[in-house]
Amino acid sequence: MKIVLDRGRCTGLGICESLAPDHFEIDDNGDLVLLDEVAEGDALAEVEAAVAGCPTEALRLEH
Amino acid sequence: MGGLVVVGASLAGLRAVEAARKTGFDGPITLIGAEEHLPYDRPPLSKAFLAKEDTAPPMFRDEQVLRDELGVHLALGRPASGVDTRRRTVRVGDEEYGYGALVIATGARARTVPGWDTLRGVYTLRTLDDAIAVRTALTPGTNLVVVGAGFIGSEVASSARDRGLTVTIVEAQPTPLVRAVGAHMGAACSSLHARNGTTLRCGVGVAAIEGDGAVERVRLSDGTVLKADMVVVGVGASPATQWLAGSGLTLEDGVVCDETLHTGAPGVYAAGDVARWHNPMFSRHMRLEHWTSAAEQGALAARNALDPANARPYATVPYFWSDWYGSRFQFVGIPATDEVRVVDGDTDGAGFTALYREGDRLAGALTLNRPRDIMKYRRLIAGESSWDDGLAFAKTRTT
Ligand SMILES: Cc1cc2nc3c(=O)[nH]c(=O)nc-3n(C[C@H](O)[C@H](O)[C@H](O)COP(=O)(O)OP(=O)(O)OC[C@H]3O[C@@H](n4cnc5c(N)ncnc54)[C@H](O)[C@@H]3O)c2cc1C
Ligand code: SF4
Repeated sequence: MKIVLDRGRCTGLGICESLAPDHFEIDDNGDLVLLDEVAEGDALAEVEAAVAGCPTEALRLEH
Repeated sequence: MGGLVVVGASLAGLRAVEAARKTGFDGPITLIGAEEHLPYDRPPLSKAFLAKEDTAPPMFRDEQVLRDELGVHLALGRPASGVDTRRRTVRVGDEEYGYGALVIATGARARTVPGWDTLRGVYTLRTLDDAIAVRTALTPGTNLVVVGAGFIGSEVASSARDRGLTVTIVEAQPTPLVRAVGAHMGAACSSLHARNGTTLRCGVGVAAIEGDGAVERVRLSDGTVLKADMVVVGVGASPATQWLAGSGLTLEDGVVCDETLHTGAPGVYAAGDVARWHNPMFSRHMRLEHWTSAAEQGALAARNALDPANARPYATVPYFWSDWYGSRFQFVGIPATDEVRVVDGDTDGAGFTALYREGDRLAGALTLNRPRDIMKYRRLIAGESSWDDGLAFAKTRTT
């Protein structure tokens, strides 16, 4: 699955990073960096939790 | 089994109905809400929504999505007035809704002081209607007095300064935010006010709010009189449990729940600002007024209520943020008091990190403008890291 980020919605709160740190990291400016756009295998559950946990619904998973 | 009834149509309530459908529940769902509005998001109400006159209300979902896609029966505009846990019914005025599973998500309401709200120009800030009223009053040149230097009062002050108002905050405690972040850090956070042109007066109470029909001045307990065209009272919120009096549920500053958010009554769970639940991560009961936990608890309460045999506990490292004067505070964990140490930056400067110790455990972290670090501390706390591990990690961030 591919992670799609809507930058217009993301407020950089970082909840995604606390749930899936291998895929998301907030940088020093408070902007989200996608460390890895692809989520597969064992990591998928973590990334799904991050997508569901994002308060602004800025994240989506695509096939 | 009977249907799912959710009382409280805000963040936790919305997440409850969404989670119920996600788990495949296809029975009837009723969402009961005291406000006329569809569910909306509260954090922007004291931030972006106040900044500009034409910002749209932060609604979560269209009515069509709730009704048609999620199949939710909406009962908005009237508060639930009681619950009968033996007959499994919720009362709304003279109507009754039977439930198989019930999620209580009535949140919290702004505290106020009896008598103050009789004058025009005195506001609290909890609902969208409150925010619209406050925003309309925030005109340049206005003298605003904010009562209470908590997070919401501080955000209102910051938004008002941005819009060119003269702002004074009056705080009864000698130091603001002590319960939220401890005394040392409460003072550090509050120093932002003076640096941004807001006057902060601590350790002095409000004796009276006076005016002829509309507010004109605020009289303080030390005799000072502040000119005021507008007052925002930000003295905290109380859990909305009045409607549960006599229900048999345990009410102690919130609806008391176990670690699965179960209230003890069959099928009845609670979530969000109204819930005082046992958090296994810190082995204690707590009630949070944080966005993240309200959303997560809403979803889990519905899942657990619909499948109690497989109920899962809600264990979390509390997290909240607050935005003032273009800066962002973020806090994770609990404001433990055994030790608070600034490990990065400087509390008079543009950013810092402070760590909180309980016994030999890293219990909390507060940052100002350290967005890259805060979630790393959240993970350390979730992993029950020791204080020394926390300090060692901090060293790697500052070099
Ligand atoms: C101005 C403001 C700014 C905030 N900023 C932040 C922030 O920056 N970061 C953060 O982490 N958190 C913040 N919060 C807190 C966050 O918004 C709350 O934690 C969250 O809204 C809680 O959601 P909830 O659904 O539990 O309760 P609420 O949002 O309080 O909703 C409860 C709903 O239940 C309804 N209700 C009450 N009684 C009844 C009844 N008897 N019958 C039917 N309905 C009833 C109410 O009308 C309300 O709509 C802020 C809150 C406010 C008010
Ligand atoms: S949780 Fe959502 S809003 Fe927050 S940083 Fe991640 S994508 Fe952005």
